[in-house]
Amino acid sequence: MSVNVDKLSVAYRSHRGDVTAVDNVSFSLADGEIMGLAGESGSGKSTLGNALVYLDPRMKATGGNVTVDGKDLPISDNNAMRHRRMTEVSLVPQYAMSALTPTRKIGKLIHDLLKSHHIKDREAVLTELKRRLELIGLKDDVLSKYSFELSGGMRQRVTIIMSTLLNPSLLVADEVTSALDVSTQRAVGEMLLEFRDRGYIKSAIAITHDLSILAQIADSIAIMYAGRLAERAPTSVIVDNPLHPYTQALLNSLPEVGVRHDQVTLTGIPGRPPSLMNPPAGCRFRDRCPFAFAKCTETPAFEEVRPGHMVACWKVSQEHADTATAGHGQPAAKLPVEEQV
Amino acid sequence: MTTLKLDQVSKLYRSTARGGGLTPALRKVSFELKPGEVISLIGESGSGKTTIGKVLLRLVRPTSGTVTFDGKDIASYSGRGLKEYYRHVQGVFQDPFSSYNPIYRADRVYDLVRSSYFPKVSDLEWSAKIEAALDAVALNPGDVLGKYPHQLSGGQQQRLLIARALLLDVKVLVADEIISMLDASTRVDVLNLLVKLKRQGLAILFVTHDLSLGNYVSDRTIILRHGAIVEMGATEKIFSNPQHDYTKMLLTAVPELHKKWQHAALDPVAVSANGAAAAGAGLNGKGAAALSHATMLDEITHAEQVVKRDLRAVFGGGRAVASGKSQVAVALEPPTLHEFEPDHLVAEPE
Repeated sequence: MSVNVDKLSVAYRSHRGDVTAVDNVSFSLADGEIMGLAGESGSGKSTLGNALVYLDPRMKATGGNVTVDGKDLPISDNNAMRHRRMTEVSLVPQYAMSALTPTRKIGKLIHDLLKSHHIKDREAVLTELKRRLELIGLKDDVLSKYSFELSGGMRQRVTIIMSTLLNPSLLVADEVTSALDVSTQRAVGEMLLEFRDRGYIKSAIAITHDLSILAQIADSIAIMYAGRLAERAPTSVIVDNPLHPYTQALLNSLPEVGVRHDQVTLTGIPGRPPSLMNPPAGCRFRDRCPFAFAKCTETPAFEEVRPGHMVACWKVSQEHADTATAGHGQPAAKLPVEEQV
Repeated sequence: MTTLKLDQVSKLYRSTARGGGLTPALRKVSFELKPGEVISLIGESGSGKTTIGKVLLRLVRPTSGTVTFDGKDIASYSGRGLKEYYRHVQGVFQDPFSSYNPIYRADRVYDLVRSSYFPKVSDLEWSAKIEAALDAVALNPGDVLGKYPHQLSGGQQQRLLIARALLLDVKVLVADEIISMLDASTRVDVLNLLVKLKRQGLAILFVTHDLSLGNYVSDRTIILRHGAIVEMGATEKIFSNPQHDYTKMLLTAVPELHKKWQHAALDPVAVSANGAAAAGAGLNGKGAAALSHATMLDEITHAEQVVKRDLRAVFGGGRAVASGKSQVAVALEPPTLHEFEPDHLVAEPE
């Protein structure tokens, strides 16, 4: 396992007490796996992704631990993390389009990056950089340009190149496709796949609210709701056979190309996620869930109902227990490590 | 019947960047919006889709061409006439979070409508009117009235703004990317609301870059590129049988849940950052299938260069000056549209 996150909790400090934005989250990533992390705004998906790379002063880890390639990742210790960033874990920040300073040329930015990480053989890295730029269809004259001279898609691609230049084991890509046009979206999505295939990154977490993008690029998808993981399974299972009521509702609310209002009426999910300031006990989706019953006032465990398929839902685990006792358990399916098309 | 009609509308923006020059945002765009009709205006960034919305709302004056509402040129409106125009034509924009003043309660936008348009309406009548409008957008008055913007979700804020338009005697709604900032779970509610309003006779211009959303709500679709219409017609005709290479490329790039992109390994194509050099070769002679993402991106920049070159040819040098409408007309000549089938127009390749 290249990345292992165990019972991680992250809280924001606020003057009204701590707000736990990521609550007891556990998952692991295999080598070569791209995991999609999806959820509504405020579900804690960006907090989770950011915490693995940079815990900003407002945030603190309140429990759990993270290992990358078998080594502990000291996420609370900013000084120790400094040496691990870029080489082991790296982040493409949200709004990466505006992450590049307008006052420095791209080449100078990259130079600074190498200097601050005490890279001895800079020439080798720069040669590799030019090779990668060429791979994604940018000529190396972008290095002598300022960020505002590039189009949005170019800026996004340059940011990803910079984040992955030192071959991190884990890349956290936060909403990398959100602000882009469909054709550029596709280019950036395929770039992530290509970088994974070539081993520039070992594994990645792609954070987005757009499930259809994840269906294209992710090997597995984790669905987050109000700070907790609701479901995690290989992409094809989440898309075709989701078990958690929230995942099902989320998929039902997506219009697909070719679907028109006079043929199919899509439905949204009524209600809003609970406030994390004072979250209700039990399952947090309870109030919006059409299947909620008495048991849902207790917190459901995030457990494996089928090999590689984790769900936190009382209804699902009960049905699963029923079929298991009746002897109709599903045959084991292996989690695909690399799903190539 | 109130129709809004664009006739050969062009808009040139003067660039303030180094070197100056003019950017054609719209090139002779003509179409008609009828009552009870939803037209989705689809295009990538820089295609001019937002400019069309702004022209309709008279936030931007077209360089040439006319927009008529009920047969009357909207450029002729001023003062009271313009106010009456806004009674019928309203817009809702992309970012609900910046549409409100955070210092005031969200329903202040209604008070402003009242003081401008309904000063004589009694309190009782007015609150009945607000309730009816909120009911139409499926909001519960108790949940939203008297709240500050930060206490409302994006979906609620967006629906409040649509309700604001409904308070007026609105005939045309310009909806510019109104759901792109909303979560998937609330998006659909706003989409379904548009469908409901359309059935009541409202004409809606739905501006979006998301093809699946556009397809879901609209009767007719217009695909824009570099400010010109490349394909236009009945939505189902365009989506089931796209003719222009650009439309085809857009459709293959849309991420779908149950269908994977055809993932072809990237060719190491060298292209300069301003897209000039190797770009042209990518497109010529190859079909739509060959429009892979990389060549596609460069091909777009290439077409931009062609337009800019034309502009330079007309105005001369790097510092372009618009000195007469006839000159503008030459530079802005869009590709000609021909009829592929009834209610389905396709542009010549550029």
